[in-house]
Amino acid sequence: MASNVGAMDLRTLDDRGLERRIAEILISELKLEDVTADTFDVGLDLVDELGIDSMDLTTVALVLQDVFRVAIDEDDYPRLKSVRAIREYIRSKIGGA
Amino acid sequence: MLTVRSLLEDAWYERYKRISHLNIRSSIYDVTDRCNLRCKGCFFFSSDEHRAAAEEKDLGAWEAFIERERTRGVNLAILIGGEPTLYLDRIEAFYRRLPTYCATNGLLKAPRDRFPEMMVGISLWGDEEDERELRGRDTFAVSSRHYAGDPLAYYLYTITPRQVGRVERMTRRIRDVGLKVHYQLLSNDEGADGFNWEQARLAELRAELDGLLERYPDTVVSARYYHEVLTTGRMFGRPFGWNECPSVTESMDTRQPRPRRLIRFVRWASDLRTTHRCCTSATRDCSTCKDGAAHMSWIMVSKHAHLRSAGDLRNWIEVYEMFAKLYRLLPW
Ligand code: SF4
Ligand code: SF4
Repeated sequence: MASNVGAMDLRTLDDRGLERRIAEILISELKLEDVTADTFDVGLDLVDELGIDSMDLTTVALVLQDVFRVAIDEDDYPRLKSVRAIREYIRSKIGGA
Repeated sequence: MLTVRSLLEDAWYERYKRISHLNIRSSIYDVTDRCNLRCKGCFFFSSDEHRAAAEEKDLGAWEAFIERERTRGVNLAILIGGEPTLYLDRIEAFYRRLPTYCATNGLLKAPRDRFPEMMVGISLWGDEEDERELRGRDTFAVSSRHYAGDPLAYYLYTITPRQVGRVERMTRRIRDVGLKVHYQLLSNDEGADGFNWEQARLAELRAELDGLLERYPDTVVSARYYHEVLTTGRMFGRPFGWNECPSVTESMDTRQPRPRRLIRFVRWASDLRTTHRCCTSATRDCSTCKDGAAHMSWIMVSKHAHLRSAGDLRNWIEVYEMFAKLYRLLPW
């Protein structure tokens, strides 16, 4: 299980660090093989290319909420299109740069 | 890393993209405890589900309930019974609020001027002989008159072991009245004599259904992989049953570890408070369950398992397309 990152810590993570953290969550929750947080393509479309479905997305969103302590509205799930998009979404939620 | 894109050629990838964003959260509703038939092997009556709760009679209570279901995130209402068409006002309460699919025996017609866009699945249990024996009358004679040529209706043909080798005749009759057909299997909940499945019959049936799909592509709404999983009860070597079933009411799902399942799925009794264990009878033995919709959903929620080869993923796409056509999320 991924360790929690408080909102303060999140502000100290740079974009690349945050994306690595998100990729780690995806890899562990979806049990992805042949890929690491460093080699994960942050622009890869999670639904159209990686093949994750709404159930996966729900699971991932719940873990993201726990780890980053942000509320993710279900209506926003379609915005979680890629690692990069998730990073941007989380940033927008905590108001950090 | 295997991705959908890396596995599929362009044409299949386009097909995948048409379905990949469908986010269906269905639930099933018993509209009434009453029926104008009493079929042998009807899971609803054989397991006493009609006695589980006294049906709600107040239309306002139905409307408020459906609004709550909408808020709960349901975006497809599947109406079963008893026979829903005995209560058109309840059907209308759903229809006005949610995309709605109505299962019916077809003896009464859901009028198209009142429900122009509603998907209708008409039950059929074989040919005239089987229908008379199991349901007390030849329902096709009536239902085909009511729905002939209807572009939003199809037959849900429950195949009995006696029908093996004889499915084509009814398939042709369905084609001839301008309708489509989707196949499923009888689970024989009441143990009617001669209606139990044996593995050899199922293997024969699988070949028969594959042939029908090939010969009547404009009539049969199905997929070879669905035939395989339904008749063998296996997917990637795993047996279907309680530990795998995706169609269990969410609030009653105590399984650990929890398998992949339909999000938000609940089957409600007609008192609008009681829930049933799953999409079919709570007394049914899961290890012999042949429920077609549960097998279809089992495949659909297992997308990742099918990302192991192009062939597996194409199988998954075909089954998902079949589902999408049955609920008119894709054209026939
Ligand atoms: S028509 Fe349907 S609900 Fe009515 S008895 Fe037959 S199987 Fe049961
Ligand atoms: S009876 Fe069939 S549909 Fe119901 S829980 Fe068991 S396997 Fe699933």
